[in-house]
Amino acid sequence: MSIMLQIEGLRAAVEGREILRGIDLTVPKGEVHAIMGPNGSGKSTLAYVLAGREGYEVTAGRVTFEGQDLLAMEPEQRAAAGVFLAFQYPVELPGVGNANFLRTALNAQRRARGEPELDAMQFLKEARARMKLLGMPEEMLKRGVNVGFSGGEKKRNEVLQMALLSPRLAILDETDSGLDIDALKIVADGVNALRGPEFSALVITHYQRLLNHIVPDRVHVLVGGRIIRSGGPELALELEQRGYGQVAA
Amino acid sequence: MNAIAPIDNARGFLRAAEAMPVPAWAEGLRAAGRAALAARGLPNRRVEAFKYTDLAPLAQMTFTRPEGGRAAPALGAPRGRARLLFVDGVLRGDLSTLPVRPLSEVAAVLGELTDPMNQPLAALNAAFAEAGMVLEVPAGEDAGLVELLSIVTDEAGPIAFHPRHVIRLGAGARLTLLESAEGPDHLAYLHNPVFEIALAEGAVLTHVRLQREGRAAFFLSSVHAAIGARATYDNFTLQAGARLARNEIHAALQGPQGACHMNGAQLLGEGQHADTTTSLHHAAPECTSRQTYKTVLRGRARGVFQGKILVSREAQRTDGYQMNQALLLSEEAEMDSKPQLEIYADDVKCSHGATIGALDPDQLFYLRARGIPQEQARAMLVEAFLAEALEGLADPLCRAVLEEALQQWWRQPA
Ligand SMILES: Nc1ncnc2c1ncn2[C@@H]1O[C@H](COP(=O)(O)OP(=O)(O)O)[C@@H](O)[C@H]1O
Ligand SMILES: [Mg+2]
Repeated sequence: MSIMLQIEGLRAAVEGREILRGIDLTVPKGEVHAIMGPNGSGKSTLAYVLAGREGYEVTAGRVTFEGQDLLAMEPEQRAAAGVFLAFQYPVELPGVGNANFLRTALNAQRRARGEPELDAMQFLKEARARMKLLGMPEEMLKRGVNVGFSGGEKKRNEVLQMALLSPRLAILDETDSGLDIDALKIVADGVNALRGPEFSALVITHYQRLLNHIVPDRVHVLVGGRIIRSGGPELALELEQRGYGQVAA
Repeated sequence: MNAIAPIDNARGFLRAAEAMPVPAWAEGLRAAGRAALAARGLPNRRVEAFKYTDLAPLAQMTFTRPEGGRAAPALGAPRGRARLLFVDGVLRGDLSTLPVRPLSEVAAVLGELTDPMNQPLAALNAAFAEAGMVLEVPAGEDAGLVELLSIVTDEAGPIAFHPRHVIRLGAGARLTLLESAEGPDHLAYLHNPVFEIALAEGAVLTHVRLQREGRAAFFLSSVHAAIGARATYDNFTLQAGARLARNEIHAALQGPQGACHMNGAQLLGEGQHADTTTSLHHAAPECTSRQTYKTVLRGRARGVFQGKILVSREAQRTDGYQMNQALLLSEEAEMDSKPQLEIYADDVKCSHGATIGALDPDQLFYLRARGIPQEQARAMLVEAFLAEALEGLADPLCRAVLEEALQQWWRQPA
């Protein structure tokens, strides 16, 4: 069994305040792990640390992605290596067209990996096919990135980016919040389509319902910046019924 | 404009102006320019309109009169129907494809739109006026695209030149003027063009300007436009060059349903100072005005925007809009901005806004998290910031030229 992501003794602080307080987590290749936890427990902080956001200071520990020292890499290098973060709050980019953004990102990653870039026609063909599967109208390509998108549209746009960039490790930060059941299924389909021996995912969620559609191999409970329990998919159900307080006790 | 306190610092310029031969047609103009310089001098920062841009340092410079004539710089293929070329401050009929018409032919209207006593740039220009472009498009004609180029070469020396350009469009006439000014970085020269523009009813002038003077140069420029009924003046100005640049636009909407669009970008780096000052007079009803100015600053650059909109009592149903935004890419950069609305009509839609900020770190991270390298991500965000100012520019050729200029700016060191 080879390992996609290994986190060892990870501690991280934001503005001098320690948020992650010693995290150990191993995600083997081909597995989907869920991270659940109450608001403010550090889920997004973990996601940002893995993606390389500035201002998140790692004070101890190490993170290895496919054998490489992930924390030593710039955010764009992590992305090109195959790490993808679906943002809890996707960022609006007025003046940057969605199609231009998607193609620039895709080609930047391809260039970094020494692969040929896609021309506008090839890209459009790819994008249209994926959008159809996600039930996204084509005119969303013409709009500014996430500008004027509804909450659901923003989340779908994240999933579209994931589908186009086909990462090796996808981190989904509450991609399910605020979605109706149809949208939820579309997100789940997007992840499930990528599943395979060379793909892993960290699915951060508040609710068990997403996990009905993306069945995880493991579930971890994050409370106060620590993983307090890990288990199989049944742990998610237990959490739903008993709440975090009980599980922690 | 507020009264200008008397400053006695233009003696060098006055002596130079007096030493020039005066052709008969220029007598009135030159005298008015000299009188204003003698009475008011070059404005320092105590003069309200020059609060952020001090022209007094110009008095310390010693400029020479262009001798011109010999250099023949390499030029690209003409982009439009005709081209008019200044080399080292001298109008070169031999290198131009547009017949050069002497200013004497329009002597009767010279200075009609300027007020030297209250406009120091125009005063300085008037005191030295000797050459310029005269473009008259007869009623109903479409003159297509005309290029106006100014190239200062290494051989020029520290010249000062003050071209006076006259553009007059007859009723329903159309013209696109693509203007470009450039020079070497080590030469401290002065380029001070004045435009006098008169648009008759229904005329349309698109005026695209690329200011890429050398980094040691001074660029002073003022556009004076009288816009007739249902006529459109569309100005886009890119300021990327010069050590000190002041770009003034004085426009008056004089007939009903005229339109004035003034857009621009200032892209500045280390040690550069650029100022865009617009003054727009809505003097007739049902006119529309749109202004969008964007400034991007790197290094120790300083940007200035001053925009005045005056809506007279008779200018009912005016629709005016002004937006001025600055993006500061360094801690040392500085932006000053002063919008000013004076409205005397009661049925008016007039709004303005201003923002000053840095690149948004969340936006930058979002792009990088998608694999876009930092520099490319920054360039994308800067381009996005500028996009709005370019939006109104319909002419694809002008757009391409501007986009290229933008890329070039981004590639050069701060
Ligand atoms: N940029 C930030 N600045 C200050 N505090 C932050 C920042 N990001 C997160 N925090 C704090 O860190 C803690 C964990 O937040 P977060 O990782 O967003 O939790 P979760 O995603 O589990 O809801 C919270 O107490 C939050 O207030
Ligand atoms: Mg969160």
